[in-house]
Amino acid sequence: MGFNVSKENESDEKTVAELYEEADHWHVNTGDEIIHAKRMGGKFRDLKWKAMSVWLIFFLGPYLRWDGNQAVLFDIPNRKFQIFDITILPQDVWLLALILLFFAIMLAAVTSVAGRVFCGYFCFQTIWTDIFTKIEEMLEGPPTQRRKLDNAPWDARKIRLKVIKHSSWLAIGFITGFSFTAWFTDSYQLWIDVLTLQASTFIYVMLAVFTAGTYILAGFMREQTCFWLCPYARIQGVMYDTQTVLPTYDIARGEPRGKLTKGNVVEGNGDCISCNQCVAVCPTGIDIRGGQQEGCITCGLCIDACDSVMDKIGKPRGLIRYASMNEMKHLEVKPFHKRPRVMVYAGIIVFAIIGLLYGLTNLGTYDLKVIHERQPLFVQMSSGDIQNKYELKILNKTDKVMNISISVSGAENITTKGIREKMTLQPSKLTSFTVFLLIPKKNLKKSRTPIYFTIESYQEFGDSIEYQSMFYGPKYLD
Amino acid sequence: MSDEENKFPGENNTGHFWDDDLRELDNEPPAWWTIGFHASWIFVIIYTLLYPSWPMIDTHFKGLLGWTSIDEYHKDMKSIESVRAPYENKLKDLSAAEILADDDLSRYVTASGKVLFGDNCAACHGAGGQGNVGFPVLADDDWLYGGTITDIEASITAGRQGIMPGNAAMLDDAKIDSLAASILDGKVIENPAYTEAGCIGCHGADGKGLSFMGSANLTDGIFRFAASDQLSSIKHTIKFGVNDASNPKSRNAVMPSFGGTKLSDTDIKKLAVYVHKLGGGQ
Repeated sequence: MGFNVSKENESDEKTVAELYEEADHWHVNTGDEIIHAKRMGGKFRDLKWKAMSVWLIFFLGPYLRWDGNQAVLFDIPNRKFQIFDITILPQDVWLLALILLFFAIMLAAVTSVAGRVFCGYFCFQTIWTDIFTKIEEMLEGPPTQRRKLDNAPWDARKIRLKVIKHSSWLAIGFITGFSFTAWFTDSYQLWIDVLTLQASTFIYVMLAVFTAGTYILAGFMREQTCFWLCPYARIQGVMYDTQTVLPTYDIARGEPRGKLTKGNVVEGNGDCISCNQCVAVCPTGIDIRGGQQEGCITCGLCIDACDSVMDKIGKPRGLIRYASMNEMKHLEVKPFHKRPRVMVYAGIIVFAIIGLLYGLTNLGTYDLKVIHERQPLFVQMSSGDIQNKYELKILNKTDKVMNISISVSGAENITTKGIREKMTLQPSKLTSFTVFLLIPKKNLKKSRTPIYFTIESYQEFGDSIEYQSMFYGPKYLD
Repeated sequence: MSDEENKFPGENNTGHFWDDDLRELDNEPPAWWTIGFHASWIFVIIYTLLYPSWPMIDTHFKGLLGWTSIDEYHKDMKSIESVRAPYENKLKDLSAAEILADDDLSRYVTASGKVLFGDNCAACHGAGGQGNVGFPVLADDDWLYGGTITDIEASITAGRQGIMPGNAAMLDDAKIDSLAASILDGKVIENPAYTEAGCIGCHGADGKGLSFMGSANLTDGIFRFAASDQLSSIKHTIKFGVNDASNPKSRNAVMPSFGGTKLSDTDIKKLAVYVHKLGGGQ
């Protein structure tokens, strides 16, 4: 909570008593007080609404259709992800690793550049809390009336308001859980199943957990989640550096702060008129004038509040503004390309994007694995041929039945057993064949001969793939 | 600790002081802790009521749910069997050949046959049917008693025990050496001693053996008693025979019977299909 960035030698001289005295002013809300933040319009409030609308995808996405099926479906029971035309089977799950890498580094990069932007504008905790308090305000009025109502005795009006509020919170919780679940199963069918009580216990448990979770987290825990539950809030804090742009109170301009006297700033005072609006609007209930702190989700609402006050008293805007520590101290503000951390993050993001693009454009129509039998490695047949046994595992990655042919090359006079001219692969299924290869001993020059299995499709859309395996013969061939 | 008077009266301290003002307070534990504590003992009581728990003199409290681990095991086994039942019911009425002809069934049988093979056959014939010293390879197409599915089924059911008499008394060393050398070359029928010594009676005019008596094919370079020194191994077999009771140095080659009480008919069918598919079924 250190603010005023005290010089080191000063703090050395502090007595123990002084240090304790400082700690006495240290106030952290551990949930004993409910934050009723004031709502105020402004640039960042508008931005927040726009950023929040990204979450509409979460609610509406499951209802998109594509080719008669759900456009995006994470079909866990059938182990496949359907994203528009692309089917991703577990074999391609490395793509998921790249997606996770992308988002993880994206978070790091954004944090390094502009702090907890995610927390302030995109995080579900922030957004849902914002919507919940919006409902609260619509029903119960501004913060003062809300506090009054909380302390008022229970009467018909209070009961009515509270019932409406809590049931709308629960309804939002339910819709949240439903929308989440709908990404994993057919959304329209899910409505039918849930409403006719036909859905599985698992789905009802999911809905219950999400409804209760949303209700508790956004309705009651609110900023306490950011303070004490969220790991990202803590991790992001240590990703800041002196170049990171954050909502910052301009101490040099604002201090010493003091109330207006007869509508004017007292001579010698700074621009801060102790109107406390920045604290009143803060959804986590902190005082940004205390400096950067763990409770700050960098949402910029205090900037809106302060700017509107500055406008009223005829002072320039920006007493609280998005600025880096270096900017405030009038030190060098480096451009992105001179900040190694940002560049490294950007590099990793580019790598992840390239990998994803490559992966998505090169998914292929099937996957072939050839497993050579180990016991025995080879068998001598009566005819003098050497026989090897292989297990071919062919995955059809498309959602259509495929007819394929398998050919083998790598040595002369190969006889195959177990390969039919046309073999059928079921959609999105792994099919395995046992294949025997026989090669006359005289055609083998070594005890190990590379052998190539090639798959070709009878359909136009299927591509051809090759897999190298080994043909084993007796050691004395070497 | 000091025995001084309580310097902080009205405070919930225990009266224990150190260094003037360092003192022990008697605070309530946090609410979450208290809730957790009470939830724990309530859980324990409910749990021990529902599940087998308290020991008694010669038994134990069985629990209100009547749960036992062996019941759970039986329940799990039943659910597995219900998956297997449609296949197993079909297998009962089909012959091994019919099972082999059905893609779906033979795939099922290959999976369960692997376990049976591991339990009953692998000790001698190797995990993949690759054979062992003194035990034949099952993955090749050289069968002493025939390699059709029916032959294999018969071999498993009744077992096999071929006999070859020792020839040490009848043949001199030179003849044995020459026979052994020509067997190794795969050209034994061109050796006059083959007919003279009467080998032809069992191994046939073409030297390829007769499957009804289990005599070996002497021309294919696959040896029932494979050894690193194949020539002396062949000589040994010619001299002392196989399963020749009168000859203590005779080879011992017995395939036990798995029919009757050892394995069920269905299991034998499964094994026959499994062995047939190892690589050399005919």
